[in-house]
Amino acid sequence: MTDEPPKMDRRRFCGQSVWGLCLAGIGGLSGYLLGRTRQPETRWQIDPTKCIACGNCATYCVLEPSAVKCVQAYKICAYCDFCPGFLEPGARLDTGAENELCPTGAITRHFVEEPYFEYNILDELCIGCGKCVKGCEAFGNASLFLQVHHDRCVNCNECAIAAACPSDAFVRVPVDRPYLLKGVEEHA
Amino acid sequence: MSRGVLAIAVLAVLVPCTVTWAIERFPPPDFESGYEMPPTQAPDARPGVWQYLDVAVLLAALSVAAWLVHRLRSRRGVFLLMLFCLAYFGFWRKGCVCPIGAIGNIAWAAGDPNYVVPIAAVLFFALPLVFALFFGRVFCAAVCPFGAIQDLVLVRPIMIPTWLEAALRLGAYVYLSAAVLLAFTGSMLLICRYDPFVPIFRLGGSFNIFVLGAAFLVVGLFIGRPYCRFLCPYGVILRALSRLSRHRVTITPDECIRCRLCEDSCPFGAIEPPTAEWSEADYKVDKRRLALLLLAAPVLVGVLAWGGAALAGPLSRTHRQVRLADEVFLFDAGKITEITDPIKAFRRTGRLTEDLYAEARAIQNEFRWGGALAGGFVGLVAAGSLVGLSIRWRRNDYTAHAGGCLACARCFAYCPRHHVHKGHAAPAHAIAPDRFILANAQGAAPEGTRP
Ligand code: SF4
Ligand code: SF4
Ligand code: SF4
Ligand code: SF4
Ligand code: SF4
Repeated sequence: MTDEPPKMDRRRFCGQSVWGLCLAGIGGLSGYLLGRTRQPETRWQIDPTKCIACGNCATYCVLEPSAVKCVQAYKICAYCDFCPGFLEPGARLDTGAENELCPTGAITRHFVEEPYFEYNILDELCIGCGKCVKGCEAFGNASLFLQVHHDRCVNCNECAIAAACPSDAFVRVPVDRPYLLKGVEEHA
Repeated sequence: MSRGVLAIAVLAVLVPCTVTWAIERFPPPDFESGYEMPPTQAPDARPGVWQYLDVAVLLAALSVAAWLVHRLRSRRGVFLLMLFCLAYFGFWRKGCVCPIGAIGNIAWAAGDPNYVVPIAAVLFFALPLVFALFFGRVFCAAVCPFGAIQDLVLVRPIMIPTWLEAALRLGAYVYLSAAVLLAFTGSMLLICRYDPFVPIFRLGGSFNIFVLGAAFLVVGLFIGRPYCRFLCPYGVILRALSRLSRHRVTITPDECIRCRLCEDSCPFGAIEPPTAEWSEADYKVDKRRLALLLLAAPVLVGVLAWGGAALAGPLSRTHRQVRLADEVFLFDAGKITEITDPIKAFRRTGRLTEDLYAEARAIQNEFRWGGALAGGFVGLVAAGSLVGLSIRWRRNDYTAHAGGCLACARCFAYCPRHHVHKGHAAPAHAIAPDRFILANAQGAAPEGTRP
């Protein structure tokens, strides 16, 4: 209150210039970034041709359980009796529950007709660990693969799994076609 | 023997570690029973337009908050808005997207020209800052779900000495610089990964982070909003901008009569008392201390910048290409024998190892420079707050610190002028100020005396 008027004025002027600069800075930065955003909006998805089912998907997602889950491409699946994605490698001759590969019992097996069995993934149980994917890729038709399920994914700014994925499998896809499904495009 | 078993027996020997798309080892079966294949699961995403609703709610909430704090001066209003925002941005939108985490997006976008930053993230980052330039930290007061959840648990605030508060606040600057550095180099989004309250909003998530959030809330019972004051990286940006704000939050609607009633009413230590007159001798001592500090400041900045650069090695391991280069190097040198998934994936891309090493080196270089900058920035802030603490500012009134005030509106009702303005009857504590001050000094919750 005791400052002389000229000093006060100079201080005010400096303050206002800094204020204006800050406002212009925020405006400029957001304008520049908004100009760079692309339409349509994007979502994260796993490119199944690159994914090696490393297991990071189960642990790195900000959600628990992960938003990544296994899906079954029925058109590719061979409907094996002894599904290498369903059973432990050592348990060839017995389909008992103790031999299941999936740590959460998320895969169900239904008899279709001799000798075929249908394998389904229970989304509520699957944690996206990729064990079944590895098995199916190694010894089966590679019809099991991992996808980000968009009913769960919160579309993080920067997907925490993408930052940890060893094979660069996470890509951004348009929001209106947010899946990269095996066995749909080429058979449809 | 079923063909699955046979195939496994053969393939276990033959199949190399490669993965190709739709390896049709077995032809898809021809069903005779009229079996229909179920469709592949692909649950729908939340449509993209919803994010504009989030932005609209944010804008509306900020405007209402500014009106409540500056015009209506109503703590109750601020409190209700805060509850709404906690429900909407916290529990409904699950704490994502939030301005604090958006710092990471912005820094990532600055470092990587190919990165598509979501529109909502840009607006969430910018809007509260613009509001801070006009109205102070109204975002912190009522809109931020992280602030709200801490505000709710605050029951018995204890005061922290100013120097301790300033020292602890350095943590937020360290966190901010680390987060910006890691995002700029494309390594990770530190803030999002270690967001303490997100597991609470999502009612699930990493157990460790959940414990961290719970710890913050327990501390928050006694220390007002610990995350906000000592860690929040967005808070320090808001703090800086709020110091320039056009409309400051004022404790009193007109003139301070220095009744001291508001003195202890701020649970965040943001109210500064009038300063005492000081003697000529004091002034001399102060001047000498200030000169020393100003001399020491460049040393502090230099040391911390050097420290930041020295951390480049460990910090750069948060980047997966650097980690991969490490692994490949160790594998090639025979120091690890088991081939890891990342190495497998790298080999599959057919990239040259030299390329990878060059990229890793470039990233480490970025970390060296960035680390030095970040360290220097922290040093500058530390020196600045030391200088700020040792300067004797002149103040005649009780004022809310323009940067530290979270605009929560708690202190308003403590001011007798507030009640005159509102045409209330004078509250009990204005009639018996001594008793009130006594009670407050003993640590009674300021809220209990709210009229
Ligand atoms: S982190 Fe990448 S490679 Fe690993 S399972 Fe997920 S998408 Fe596949
Ligand atoms: S964007 Fe977030 S929620 Fe979605 S898969 Fe990635 S980490 Fe999980
Ligand atoms: S093995 Fe893992 S990825 Fe496959 S269904 Fe089970 S939890 Fe999901
Ligand atoms: S300081 Fe940070 S966490 Fe606290 S209310 Fe403000 S933005 Fe939210
Ligand atoms: S409005 Fe008052 S009580 Fe609230 S943070 Fe600001 S000074 Fe403290």
